[in-house]
Amino acid sequence: MIQSHLTRGWPPAIAATQGRTERPAELPGDAPLAVRGLTVSYGEKPAVFSLDATFPAASMSAIIGPNGAGKSTLLKAAIGVIPRLSGEVYVFAQPLEKARARIAYVPQRASVDWDFPTTVMDVVQMGLYRKVGLLGRLSGAMNARAQDCLDRVGMADFAHRQIGQLSGGQQQRVFLARALAQDAHLFLLDEPFAGVDAATERAIIDVLKILKAEGKAVVAVHHDLSTVRDYFDHVFLINVRRIAEGPVATTFTTENLQATYGGRLAATHLDELSMASGAR
Amino acid sequence: MGAEFVQFSLTPILIGIFSAIACALPGNFLILRRQALIGDAISHVVLPGIVVAFLVTGVVAAVPMLLGAAGAAILAVILIEAVKRLGNIEPGAAMGVVFTTMFAAGVLILEQTDTSNVHLDVEHALMGNLESLIWFRAEGWHSLLDPVALASLPDELIRIALVCALVAALTRIFWRWLKIATFDEGFAQALGIPARALGFGLVVMAAVAAVAAFDAVGSIIVIAMFICPPAAARLMTNQLEHQIGWSVAFATLSAILGYVFAGYGPLWLGAQNAVSAAGMIAAVSGVILGLACLFGPHRNRIGAARDAA
Amino acid sequence: MNAFLQALFLQAGYNAALVAIGAGLLGFAAGSSGTFMFLRKRALFSDAVAHATLPGVGIAFILMVSLGGDGRSLPGLLAGSALSAWIGLLLIEWISRRTRLAEDAAIGAVLGVFFGIGIVLLTVVQSMSAGRQAGLEGFLLGSTAGMLFQDAVVIAIGGSLAVLVTWLMRRPMTLVAFDSDYAAAMGYNVRRIDLLMMSLVMAVTVIGLKLVGLILIVAMLIIPAVTARFWTERSSRVIWIAGAVGAAAGYLGAALSASAPALPTGPIIVLVAAGIFVVSLLFAPVRGVLAAVIRHRRFQARVHRRQGLLALAAQHPIREAYTLRLLAREGLARPDGVPTETGRAQAAKIARDERRWDVAREIHQDAGLTGRYDGLTPIEEVFTADEIAEFDRRLGPPVALGGA
Repeated sequence: MIQSHLTRGWPPAIAATQGRTERPAELPGDAPLAVRGLTVSYGEKPAVFSLDATFPAASMSAIIGPNGAGKSTLLKAAIGVIPRLSGEVYVFAQPLEKARARIAYVPQRASVDWDFPTTVMDVVQMGLYRKVGLLGRLSGAMNARAQDCLDRVGMADFAHRQIGQLSGGQQQRVFLARALAQDAHLFLLDEPFAGVDAATERAIIDVLKILKAEGKAVVAVHHDLSTVRDYFDHVFLINVRRIAEGPVATTFTTENLQATYGGRLAATHLDELSMASGAR
Repeated sequence: MGAEFVQFSLTPILIGIFSAIACALPGNFLILRRQALIGDAISHVVLPGIVVAFLVTGVVAAVPMLLGAAGAAILAVILIEAVKRLGNIEPGAAMGVVFTTMFAAGVLILEQTDTSNVHLDVEHALMGNLESLIWFRAEGWHSLLDPVALASLPDELIRIALVCALVAALTRIFWRWLKIATFDEGFAQALGIPARALGFGLVVMAAVAAVAAFDAVGSIIVIAMFICPPAAARLMTNQLEHQIGWSVAFATLSAILGYVFAGYGPLWLGAQNAVSAAGMIAAVSGVILGLACLFGPHRNRIGAARDAA
Repeated sequence: MNAFLQALFLQAGYNAALVAIGAGLLGFAAGSSGTFMFLRKRALFSDAVAHATLPGVGIAFILMVSLGGDGRSLPGLLAGSALSAWIGLLLIEWISRRTRLAEDAAIGAVLGVFFGIGIVLLTVVQSMSAGRQAGLEGFLLGSTAGMLFQDAVVIAIGGSLAVLVTWLMRRPMTLVAFDSDYAAAMGYNVRRIDLLMMSLVMAVTVIGLKLVGLILIVAMLIIPAVTARFWTERSSRVIWIAGAVGAAAGYLGAALSASAPALPTGPIIVLVAAGIFVVSLLFAPVRGVLAAVIRHRRFQARVHRRQGLLALAAQHPIREAYTLRLLAREGLARPDGVPTETGRAQAAKIARDERRWDVAREIHQDAGLTGRYDGLTPIEEVFTADEIAEFDRRLGPPVALGGA
């Protein structure tokens, strides 16, 4: 951004030692989400360190890595829910604050108190709060829109249910409906499939695929390696630092996974993986 | 229910009602945010606030005392946050350290200063004196239309009515933000809502309500008003909008019944003197909460029907 | 000053000496038993217990007078306060277990309501003919003025007993406070030990009522425990340090209070404890604020230095002003971002280390070692020189970034 002149006359010998962790030199362009040099630390231990990441439009991206590798941290820091120690975030080439209206966020289901006294419809309407402001009236059209979003996740009949009475999968669908109501272009999901039933997982993935077809960008923290090939187009492998990023076909390889998980990737996982890829 | 009622009971009852409502409104959110005890902390630091205000100004006047109390409450909130963050200490312990220290400082200063000749003493601040806030010039219901009599309404009534209106207005204006930031803070921040500032604002609002209420119901009993009506309301409904309504109703009921029982209860039992109205209001709110715990339709943690899971 | 020294060395009269010893013992018992509540994250439980004693004081007084006795008998009042505190405890437990209300709401509700009832009873007492000089208000803020010899004895004996019980039960209570599941697995009755902790807190509260008052006794249960936490990471030590802080605050506070008029015992004890707390908060060696600020600044500099060097190695512009300033200050780069000789050398080293880590992750199956990567830890701290030499041997031509 500031200096393009400073690399003049300085030998590229070091480039020979560059491997996977090489940074893309150029600025993010108009990618839906890009972070540059992102470091977040809880106390004295960086949770993510000097990350560069670029997530493409009209595709579904997975953030993958072992537990404690900084997957959720990356997402939360990208959207400003937790403070960053250093680094920059660009959303459609704009700073985060200017682009908030274009982002929809689905937090981890367990991050809220489901005993809160409210109904399913109320939660979905929260996705419209940015649009209606503090005191604006929720018009009939907006209510219809909220109802439509519930319909899209298969929860139309639950609009007036108390949220404490929902199953885990239903809670996740309600959160997705709320994100849909935001009418965003970039969808960030934190572990959307954690602890949900198979039918819900199917329903969520169908909705996300429609979003992709509409040209929206979907970025999800994901930890089920066996479904990556089925669900996603793009992967970002992380273990505190970026290990690799790119299309699933070329980046989601055994070598890169080995590098991401180190010894932690048990042989069984690799087996599952080869079965999943062999099945196609 | 004639002239005597208007003169001696109307204003205390109204002050009690406004105090209870002004505290119950922010109390609803404090309870849902697991911050119920911030009301405890705030109410304890009111005393050092008014003592310091008296030291600085040298007069016993309502406005500096209220400002001092509000300042102390805000200082306490900031100190609690600082101790919590800097020392990495859990919120309950941080509150305990801060408010007891400030309270101790307040008592010490009070003992060091010669305030015995002024109407400022610990018990007043702790217990309130609702009974004394009478409407001197009132001669009956018609006084409500008499500008001369109205001008002599106790200042406390005007003040708490204004604060109650302010709290209600702020709750209404920031309703959506409060609701979303209380339910899902991360999502609120992602929407660009200043959730942290909002949380601080809520605590300040609670502090203002506590300060305005303390000279009527006493600073400790304010805690009961923060917690009991909203907690009972939570057990009556599963809808936040209705919960607010119930809490206002319970607050009003506590104030009226508490005042009546304190004033007339002992007489019914054959005793001579009335008992503390503020204490009785807290007791009644406790009985309401107890009944809600036993019979409230939504008292149990898991919804009654968990069908179609 | 002279009067203070006299009081400090127990020369200010028999009563004052007993009070000082009692306050010291009480402080020790409060500090150590409060630690268990603090570690169990129930610090404000004690606040509710303390406020819940008030109705008991009132009822005991009314009962004793109506039975024709002296309403001011300290043992009687303390028994009453213990009973009502116990009821308050049970109510908190019942509300938070049986209803959907959280524990903090239950604590606040019991605290406010019991205090309200207590105030009502105090107004009843004041209207009784025997109640006018009862001095029950002394229980709100504590007062040693006019304390009888036998009251001081009660405090001293009670304080010693509480210390004794704490010492006898320290092991099971520590275990439960730190890890109740593990304690249950070891065969301890967690519920009973919890109850014991609360009884101890209640006992301390009741003994301290006359001395510090029910509003401030909670400070003696919380402040020493929080203070002790700054000085050690070890549970057994927290308890004794908290006890020592409490004892020091109690003894010094009582002595100070005895040395001058208009220095009420309760607030002075609390303020001494608070003073120790503030000093600990600021200056404790590891957990103190000063230490943390210095550590954080160093850490931030490390992160930025490393990121800056990585950018230099990759020949990327340094975008953040702080990084640039830092590198310039340390002679690693010129203010315009062009690296110096040292800067280049260090950048090359860091870039090579990153590459070594990549190799390490590929060939090392021990996640315990490769998992220590956090971008900052030098590779030499994790692997031996031989292993690093092995990585270097394997460092072949660069591997293309998969598909990017």
